[in-house]
Amino acid sequence: MQPIIKISDLSKTYESGHQALSNVNLDINDGEILALLGPNGAGKTTLISIICGIVASSTGSVTVAGHDTVKDYRFTRSLIGLVPQELTLGAFDSVWNTVNFSRGLFGKEPNPAYLEQLLKDLSLFDKKDSELRELSGGMKRRVLIAKALSHEPRILFLDEPTAGVDVELRKDMWQLVRGLHKSGVTIILTTHYIEEAEEIADRVGVISAGKLLLVDNKDNLMRELGKKQLALELKQPVDQLPESLAPYNLEISADGAQLIYTYNTTGERTGITALLQAVNAAGLSLKDLNTSQSSLEEIFVKLLKAKA
Amino acid sequence: MNYQAIRVIYKFEMLRFWNTLMQSIASPVISTSLYFVVFGSAIGSRIQEIDGVSYGVFIVPGLVMLSLLTQSIANASFGIFFPKFTGTIYEVMSAPISFFEIVIGYVGAAASKSFILGSIILITANLFVDLNIAHPVWMMAFLILTCISFSLFGFIIGLWATNFEKLQLIPMLVVTPLVFLGGSFYSVSMLPPAWQTVTLFNPVLYLISGFRWSFFEVADVSVGVSLAMIIFFLLACLAIVWWMFKTGYRLRN
Ligand SMILES: Nc1ncnc2c1ncn2[C@@H]1O[C@H](COP(=O)(O)OP(=O)(O)OP(=O)(O)O)[C@@H](O)[C@H]1O
Ligand SMILES: [Mg+2]
Repeated sequence: MQPIIKISDLSKTYESGHQALSNVNLDINDGEILALLGPNGAGKTTLISIICGIVASSTGSVTVAGHDTVKDYRFTRSLIGLVPQELTLGAFDSVWNTVNFSRGLFGKEPNPAYLEQLLKDLSLFDKKDSELRELSGGMKRRVLIAKALSHEPRILFLDEPTAGVDVELRKDMWQLVRGLHKSGVTIILTTHYIEEAEEIADRVGVISAGKLLLVDNKDNLMRELGKKQLALELKQPVDQLPESLAPYNLEISADGAQLIYTYNTTGERTGITALLQAVNAAGLSLKDLNTSQSSLEEIFVKLLKAKA
Repeated sequence: MNYQAIRVIYKFEMLRFWNTLMQSIASPVISTSLYFVVFGSAIGSRIQEIDGVSYGVFIVPGLVMLSLLTQSIANASFGIFFPKFTGTIYEVMSAPISFFEIVIGYVGAAASKSFILGSIILITANLFVDLNIAHPVWMMAFLILTCISFSLFGFIIGLWATNFEKLQLIPMLVVTPLVFLGGSFYSVSMLPPAWQTVTLFNPVLYLISGFRWSFFEVADVSVGVSLAMIIFFLLACLAIVWWMFKTGYRLRN
């Protein structure tokens, strides 16, 4: 199957001399949900901006549905809807006017019925005559989504859609994304959070310092990234593990006061209950316990090392 | 051509104008009235006639041009600068629309606003003095050409400006002095000969002179030259816009 977006050898060096992207190659499949995961300044927004035509690339090329995004920009851009990272909206326009504006801008005939349904789906219809400056941050985010969907795009970019969004809206948003996904829309979203990528995406791309480190099916990646550690703090330090605990592959800290268990949150079972019973049976008593997850940064470092 | 895009840009720019109609119109009308009171009545009572036209009437074309130029530049430069400033320009840039379509939408709206404003000022002027327009068609032609060229000029300034200071810089430092020194309120023949020569380098002189000719058939320079100048200015602005389009100037980086 031909990818809907094909990114080839894409690099971007800003006028300031900063290289934001270096040699990115990526195929995005028609109809998939792809999450781009990466820390601040990784180049996620830059990548999206180039595909959408907001920023010019330095070298390399992007095709959308087989057409070059520079030469055939009219065609490629008409397929794309973009929800930007920042809440960039005018102040004095009404919600209704701004979505009508967006639709027209993308060359579509007016269609009040479609836009009405869209605003209803986003719980914005009762706000349709409000001025944009009167809306809360979450509502503004919804308006941006409505604007991006106003011209019925085949591809939707969501740049950090959950920044500053409460649990409720996040749930709504994922529901919307799933609905669009079902109707065949390709969705690319960026995020800082593994959990988010895990919740919604089919595939995950990890990007750091302008480089696309890997792209993989979520399930493969989650096994790698979903590791957690449980630290058991002992009342009495030990220097050797009891035989009965051998199957758990525990590590002993240098001072012998801590046992560290690594498990996978995405697995069927974590094995924690069994471990605690075994610890108890072995006659060890616990002072405290805590769990920790590798931060995204640690994982990136690990990935970088693995790649080097 | 993405006609829908041009339509919505034009429509929503104009909508904003209607929504703030009182502000948009009140200030030029009030300042024009003030000019009439000060220049027309106070000074005009001492200056009898210029080239056979009473002073109060003589200054009308200059007054209209003064408003037209400043308003065209202000409207067009602000119209494109503001989305740049707030960041909403991202949407226009990600849309399937060419630079020329953007220009037609924004400059068309700014020029329309100025045209409406110019007409209102003429009507206001008519309340103060008796206006007889000798060549209405030429008058309209000058009016429309001026609205379009200076809106284009304003658009260029709006794209070029990276902050509010720069946005004000050219209108304040260049345009306003040129308008005042371009014979808005006097005939160039009233100046000492040396200054008359200097004034010939002021492009606004040609505009005002041609516009005034269409009212009274009196002019500082010949009408043909006036027309040539304004068309030259229009073409120059178009050339700059075309160059900006080619290079993606200040938009795509
Ligand atoms: N217009 C610009 N001029 C110069 N440098 C820029 C510009 N825009 C972004 N950068 C730089 O490019 C790098 C990548 O920025 P980008 O916005 O793409 O990151 P990001 O992955 O979206 O980060 P975040 O998660 O914080 O949104 C950063 O180091 C940033 O400082
Ligand atoms: Mg970003």
